[in-house]
Amino acid sequence: MRLAGLMAPGAFWLFVFFFVPLLIMAGISFLSRDRLGFPTLPLTLQNYWEIVRDIRFAPSISLAGGLTIRLFEGLYLELFWRSIWLSLLSTLITLFIAFPVALFMARLPSRYRNLALFLVMIPFWTNFLVRTYALQFMLRGNGPINTLLSALGLEPIDLLFTPAAIMLGLVYGNLPFMILPLYTSLEKFDWTMIEAANDLGADMLRAFQRVMLPLISPGLLAGSILTFVPAIGSYITVELMGGGRTNLIGYAIAQQFSASVNWPFGSAMSLLMMIIVTFAAVLYFRSGRGEYRNVI
Amino acid sequence: MSEFAVELRDVSKVFGDIVAVDHVSMGIRHNEFFALLGPSGCGKTTSLRIIAGFERPTSGEVYIDNKAMGATPPFQRNVNTVFQSYALFPHMTVEQNIGFGLEMKGVSKAEIARRVGEALELVRLPHMAKRYPRQMSGGQQQRVALARALVNRPKVLLLDEPLGALDAKLRKEMQIELKTLQREVGITFIFVTHDQEEALSMSDRIAVFSKGKVLQIGTPLEIYERPTSRFVADFIGETNFLTGKVTQMDGEFAQIVINGGATFRGRAMQGVQVGREATLSVRPEKLQLVEQADGGVNCYEVIVRSIAYVGSDTRVEVMLGEHRIDVWEQNTVSTLDPNYFFKPGERAWLSFKPENALVLAE
Repeated sequence: MRLAGLMAPGAFWLFVFFFVPLLIMAGISFLSRDRLGFPTLPLTLQNYWEIVRDIRFAPSISLAGGLTIRLFEGLYLELFWRSIWLSLLSTLITLFIAFPVALFMARLPSRYRNLALFLVMIPFWTNFLVRTYALQFMLRGNGPINTLLSALGLEPIDLLFTPAAIMLGLVYGNLPFMILPLYTSLEKFDWTMIEAANDLGADMLRAFQRVMLPLISPGLLAGSILTFVPAIGSYITVELMGGGRTNLIGYAIAQQFSASVNWPFGSAMSLLMMIIVTFAAVLYFRSGRGEYRNVI
Repeated sequence: MSEFAVELRDVSKVFGDIVAVDHVSMGIRHNEFFALLGPSGCGKTTSLRIIAGFERPTSGEVYIDNKAMGATPPFQRNVNTVFQSYALFPHMTVEQNIGFGLEMKGVSKAEIARRVGEALELVRLPHMAKRYPRQMSGGQQQRVALARALVNRPKVLLLDEPLGALDAKLRKEMQIELKTLQREVGITFIFVTHDQEEALSMSDRIAVFSKGKVLQIGTPLEIYERPTSRFVADFIGETNFLTGKVTQMDGEFAQIVINGGATFRGRAMQGVQVGREATLSVRPEKLQLVEQADGGVNCYEVIVRSIAYVGSDTRVEVMLGEHRIDVWEQNTVSTLDPNYFFKPGERAWLSFKPENALVLAE
């Protein structure tokens, strides 16, 4: 009971500022659009139909840029797919960069660990927008990288406004969110477990798979979610690093609320995205049952 | 087949500027219950970790079953370890924990199930297969750790203070159980402990460690009754030390004059020489207090300083000049008469047989 009382402010906050707006947005997604683009009656399924109608059955195989096999095509389908794929890739890259860092930090003598944590968090003290502009500056045609390249007598390369630039921005921005939960798990990890696994005949790879991975999976999952979710909804990074050339779902939704002024359609896209991501996350967690269930 | 299941030849391990293990050589025989005994930081656990393969010796070599181990990793050595913290995998059930080693060796599922069942029977936990380690008591976890190691039928089982985390009563029970288990399975046990009583009661032989060196290897009887050094005499059991100068040697015995003038005879240990400093070591239970001088050797008048009745024996503290000496007299008579015992301030005669005392060279 006392715990329920302590939870009340948080629950109230979430209800008023998360759940209610979500309901409003869900409501708007079933409304029509007036002459200025704002929501109005009558109720309609038109907004969802727009997205679904766009999906066509069109099997194709192409060898351009690697083998791609497609069963369906459609503007929004591709938008969703590209967003998920890019976000997953950025999560994976972030994970591979963050893991050695977190491992190194966890194995530091304890008096250096807080310093390391401090260093990881320092970039947070600068506004995200400012940091993204700084990153943009680094990649610009006349930025430091291309200046260095031309000084070496090499051709300057187009770095900015590419999918790779978006990826760089996402990985850079999300890295601490992956490092911190991973570090927390690794710091708690009892290394005798690895010795015990080795002692029982498991080589390093199998000790990692069977013992370490399940035991650090809470940090791994927390970090992946904290990285994947902001990535899929990212707007600033896509805008500043991609320059609007690579359209991702978060960017497209923002467009509906600003330039295109189509709130009902933007709401429908948001809701659909949310449903897909939540569904995928639940499926993912379920697949990780068994040995993992007991640590989560 | 070599005489030894495990042999360390001149093994040293240096961490930075700390010598953890200092030129240790010892051979552990087949099916032996062998204890590595010493205070914390004496190198016993490091020696065990070297045998397991978790540490590589800085110099020297470990032989298991007569094969030089070199850089052989732990997962390729035919030894298993019971860790001090048990190190059970918290995300696996008891049967998954126990079956892990067999699974790694590629044993079939049916065979794993059968042997895990046997192992659980062996450690008397047959109904615990589906439990998780955190749902079990310390003693039960300890048994799971044992079963997890033994199920692989290793050549040698290494135990790193396995009873350290248990309370005193459970500890005693597990000591007996471990010893019985070792006879039953016929596997060489190497057992690290800092508890001398545990080492004495369980082991076939003991290696006493101090500051990275092995000071003495022997049966519990040899270690207790014939310690070759002051450290071993002091670390194992209780003893009285009296330092002085050796004045005479005849055969097995040496005569020593202690500071203050009293002359004692005792068994001369290695390195004792006439004219050199030496220490007389005599255990409290081997001393007698009598009211009259018996006129023999090693008999001097003392003053009783304090007395403590502890049931099975009476612990008397006496002063021989400036030397404080502990005497434990076994209470072989059932009496309620307080006058039966000595009282503080009383005079008495201390005596012991020369063969019950040792003269140590240091």
